[in-house]
Amino acid sequence: MTNTSKNRLERGRKNLEPVAGNGLLHRRAFLRGGAALAGAMTGYTLVQTASAQQLADDPWSLGPGATVPDYGTRSRFEKDVVRTLSNPKAEPRTQHARTPHHLLNGTFTPNGLHFVISHAGDPDIDPEKHRLVIHGLVKQPLVFTLDMLARYPMVSRMTFLECGGNSAPLFSKEAIQASVQALHGLVSCAEWTGVRLSTLLEETGIDPKAKWLIAEGADAPHLSRSVPLTKALDDAMIALYQNGERLMPSNGYPMRLLLPGWEGNMNIKWLRRIQLTEMPGMSFYEARTYAPILPGGKAYQFYFIQEVKSFITHPSPGLAMKGPGFYEISGVAYSGNGRISKVMVSADGGKSWAQAALAEPVQSKAFTRFRVPWRWDGGPAVLQSRAWDDAGYAQPTRAELVAVRGETTQTPPVTGFPSQHYNAITTWAIERSGEVKHVYA
Amino acid sequence: MYMRKLGRYVVVFTIAIGASAAFAQGPNLGKPLNPAEIAAWDINILPDGTGLPPGSGTPADGARIYAAKCSMCHGENGKGGANARLAGGDPIKDMESEKTIANFWPFATTLFDYIRRAMPWRQPRSLSDNEVYALTSYILSLNKIIGENDTMNAQTLPKVRMPNRDGFIIRFPDRL
Repeated sequence: MTNTSKNRLERGRKNLEPVAGNGLLHRRAFLRGGAALAGAMTGYTLVQTASAQQLADDPWSLGPGATVPDYGTRSRFEKDVVRTLSNPKAEPRTQHARTPHHLLNGTFTPNGLHFVISHAGDPDIDPEKHRLVIHGLVKQPLVFTLDMLARYPMVSRMTFLECGGNSAPLFSKEAIQASVQALHGLVSCAEWTGVRLSTLLEETGIDPKAKWLIAEGADAPHLSRSVPLTKALDDAMIALYQNGERLMPSNGYPMRLLLPGWEGNMNIKWLRRIQLTEMPGMSFYEARTYAPILPGGKAYQFYFIQEVKSFITHPSPGLAMKGPGFYEISGVAYSGNGRISKVMVSADGGKSWAQAALAEPVQSKAFTRFRVPWRWDGGPAVLQSRAWDDAGYAQPTRAELVAVRGETTQTPPVTGFPSQHYNAITTWAIERSGEVKHVYA
Repeated sequence: MYMRKLGRYVVVFTIAIGASAAFAQGPNLGKPLNPAEIAAWDINILPDGTGLPPGSGTPADGARIYAAKCSMCHGENGKGGANARLAGGDPIKDMESEKTIANFWPFATTLFDYIRRAMPWRQPRSLSDNEVYALTSYILSLNKIIGENDTMNAQTLPKVRMPNRDGFIIRFPDRL
């Protein structure tokens, strides 16, 4: 045995020593530990080892397969990987479709599983007839067709989108038993491609009096939100493509406003009009809905930024552990203020922490997948993740957040929105049975 | 060559942001519009009343329209039904307080703007401006924010002072 391989083995063994309580291992243990460790891995979804029978060809290996479809979809065995719908019969109220984070991995959300909030259904827009008008405090009002916009220089970027009300069940005074999909399903991440709004404003010119813009959709409520012009000139985009294909109807086809890192509702879907103004419009959604009430009765206004946050997706409620052994704890972290700089994971309810590995590339205002190897001894464990961003913000503990923002006195329904902009730590308790519960710690 | 041109666009755009349209060297494909062409779509109302159209309405006018077009969802006299109530509401105390027009909305202009763009839920943009003024008057009157005989129009509506006008804290003032 060479010295190098000896050292590697030695290092591998060392990396199997826990770095934090309840069996958390060094984030590079799997990389360094080698085959022996990989062989010892258990998984949340692994089934029993195949019985000692001779391997034989299955029917799908014994003849030609199906015709390749012109637009592909996933295996029929994955049909249960779906969004949950709050209003499947389109009754006269808002519809929510939540992303199944516990059944996905990686950093971007497939288009069919991207979260959606639709306040009066999805309009069926003919792209030939759709127009984008920019007017108000501009030097020359202009109208654009989709064909025109398609000829402009474009940019692409990964960006998470999160409803201001995502994770609102965690304002409940008692931990609500629900999946990560029910608790945190109103956030997703995609690659968006389109034309910088600043490019179009360059052509309309900007009256120096303009400080805001009001963006409006072509949906039935003509949903409108006010956006400071500084954001429009910073990184706002008229998005035309979502993960490489045209936007999904539920996500704004044929065009939406994209405000990276800012409250989902402001990213106006089915965008048809932008008016530059001196002041905000105080539209229904900014004056009333997205104004969270603070203890004492005052309310926050213009809570634009989706602050630094993380949650563990594997394991999580509904993904039971399959006996003691090695597992990977993983989840997503993101910040509307920039890049994720660090994620720490605890298996003992925050008493000790191990640094998680971050999947490269770590991009600004996008999902960052974090991972930590874990040797579960089969006893009770309490899992938490905590993220930091490169703007210097740390994800708060729940106690820190509710001290400022308050919590409910009654337990609300899991689909309720007692308040908004919850970005504190989420805690999963692992029971001896392998069940995963949502708890406060 | 193509890439170099793109690169030049980016540089020009970056430098020229905020400068006059005359400097723009992008594709320049947008078609100019005049105010008359925009009028049909320009439905934004600002809190100072900018954008409010001609016309007017009274609570009595509004009550009739409300009974025909709104009460099936929002209940008789704005008491609430399948959808939010539009009258009354206890003072806001905490996150479990129900946000109502009377106890929460900071500007009366939001009522006109929202009714005109989004209501009735199944037939948005079907109300005339006079009807929107009338419904706005009726709802404000139900909440005793204006008198039973007050007329709402482009002059009077922006002057209505909502009870919770000062109930807000701007979360990120440095981003405005």
